[in-house]
Amino acid sequence: MSMLTTENLHLYYGQKEALKGIDLAFEAQTMTALVGPSGCGKSTLLRCFNRMNDQVSNAKITGSIWFDRENVNGPAISLVTLRQKIGMVFQQPNPFPFSVYDNVAYGLRLAHSLPKAVIDERVETALKQAAVWDEVKDHLTENAMGFSGGQQQRICIARLLAVLPKVILLDEPTSALDPISSAKIEATLMQLKRDYTIIIVTHNLQQAARISDRTVFMLDGNVIESGPTQTLFMTPENQQTSDYLNGKFG
Amino acid sequence: MTSIKQELRHASKATREDVFGKVITYCCVAVIAVLVISILYFIASRGIATFTVNHVSLWSFISQTSWNPGLLDAHGQPQIGALAMMVTSFTVTILAAIIATPFALAVALYMTEIAPNRGARILQPVIELLVGIPSVVYGFIGLTVVVPYIRHLFGGTGMGILAGTLVLFVMILPTVTTLSVDALNALPGYLRDASLALGATRWQTIHKVLLRAATPRLLTAVIFGMARAFGEALAVQMVIGNAVLMPHGLVTPTATLTSQLTTQIGNTVMGTLPNNALWSLALVLLVMSLIFNLLIRFIGKRGQLS
Ligand SMILES: Nc1ncnc2c1ncn2[C@@H]1O[C@H](COP(=O)(O)OP(=O)(O)OP(=O)(O)O)[C@@H](O)[C@H]1O
Ligand SMILES: [Mg+2]
Repeated sequence: MSMLTTENLHLYYGQKEALKGIDLAFEAQTMTALVGPSGCGKSTLLRCFNRMNDQVSNAKITGSIWFDRENVNGPAISLVTLRQKIGMVFQQPNPFPFSVYDNVAYGLRLAHSLPKAVIDERVETALKQAAVWDEVKDHLTENAMGFSGGQQQRICIARLLAVLPKVILLDEPTSALDPISSAKIEATLMQLKRDYTIIIVTHNLQQAARISDRTVFMLDGNVIESGPTQTLFMTPENQQTSDYLNGKFG
Repeated sequence: MTSIKQELRHASKATREDVFGKVITYCCVAVIAVLVISILYFIASRGIATFTVNHVSLWSFISQTSWNPGLLDAHGQPQIGALAMMVTSFTVTILAAIIATPFALAVALYMTEIAPNRGARILQPVIELLVGIPSVVYGFIGLTVVVPYIRHLFGGTGMGILAGTLVLFVMILPTVTTLSVDALNALPGYLRDASLALGATRWQTIHKVLLRAATPRLLTAVIFGMARAFGEALAVQMVIGNAVLMPHGLVTPTATLTSQLTTQIGNTVMGTLPNNALWSLALVLLVMSLIFNLLIRFIGKRGQLS
């Protein structure tokens, strides 16, 4: 059974239709890459899954998104739980200007008051999963803003892993980073995809080919083609997909 | 070849304008620097004269409460004790800041987080209006509305620290609010997204992330307000009672450093002890504003580091 499914998902920013009927299914323990030219609606789609579009006052959504048999847009859903189960990593590393420890513990402290020992342990586990523990373990009380961009991004990944999500959404997580930091993030994600459902937006087609299991090609609010990454890159069925992959537009 | 060389060596019009602009800028800076230094020197030299020329002890100046520079006491010493005024000045300043801060924060949060469009559109002009009202008007309202009300409630004259605090609270509210709004607006928007995406509610985001991240600048806002309250003379003078007495409560007449200066400076002769004593009060004000400034810088630095 799929972890996340969209059914005839439309999103309007005022009059502008940014998503024009998306039907997709995302499997557990797979990494899916969303690719497509700028403005095709990748970020918009990603932000539907954790309801971040609620922040946009003129955004209107029709259709449904099923997360483990629960309708994400339904009235009964708890936004707090939803966003803890579906975590998001942004393009710009965005740690809070607090200590590394406080950053990672932030989500944990929101819902319940856990004993300090439990928080300590979850923070350590999360930082290890995000493969940044060795670099920060002696600096947990230092301000997270003082670390390199790549380290900050992995601290942000740890911050969402600490609340035990099922799905991780990443919106161009490496596009603000140098190649070495990007490679480290990619390695981290390769580790994480064994346990999580990962959806990553990227403009870097090599990156999509390197790390994703499935790829979705979007154009102008529509899904043009989706399938296993290998197949989509080697033998695209659609002419537009093939043009995009060959750098003819985008 | 030669023509390029000539051109390169020839100062262009833009370069000359550059030099001209620099000269003007430096001149202006020099004039201001001279002005500031002479003011500082003038106040300091006059203020210190009380102690060096008139041989008043510094300790009695800051520890005694009887203030009567024109008269000698039983021991033949002039009565120059500024403690009562310092206590009153600090008390009204701190109380005004304590009352103003929650209101300023609430208004600032309303304008930046809760209703950024509507809130800012309505409240911005209100705040600007409050800033634009001259302090004599605040004092006048204090005198005709606040003082009688306090008199009615607590008896006495109604003048004193409470009246001064209430007037100063309204006067510093726009300063603290405006600077708090700036502090909150200066926060990067991604902090909000990061917190919401982790499941935080809007209120949790405000008090666990935004207020915390803005703390250094919010403190600066409060200190700016305190500096303004500490230095305000006219409005306070109208409601404080102007009796140089140690305050025995919030509703007994007393005086601040500034109110004493404005009421007395016209009654003294330059160079005499009573005049020098007033300059000493001015020196205290100057030192305090310096301390406020240093505090603001210190907090600003800490904020950048963290
Ligand atoms: N808040 C908004 N209000 C109105 N229109 C918006 C808003 N956000 C995005 N859009 C529009 O919706 C479309 C899809 O935007 P989106 O950000 O999802 O694209 P994207 O595929 O992520 O692009 P990029 O690769 O540049 O990040 C664009 O045409 C954009 O202009
Ligand atoms: Mg985008």
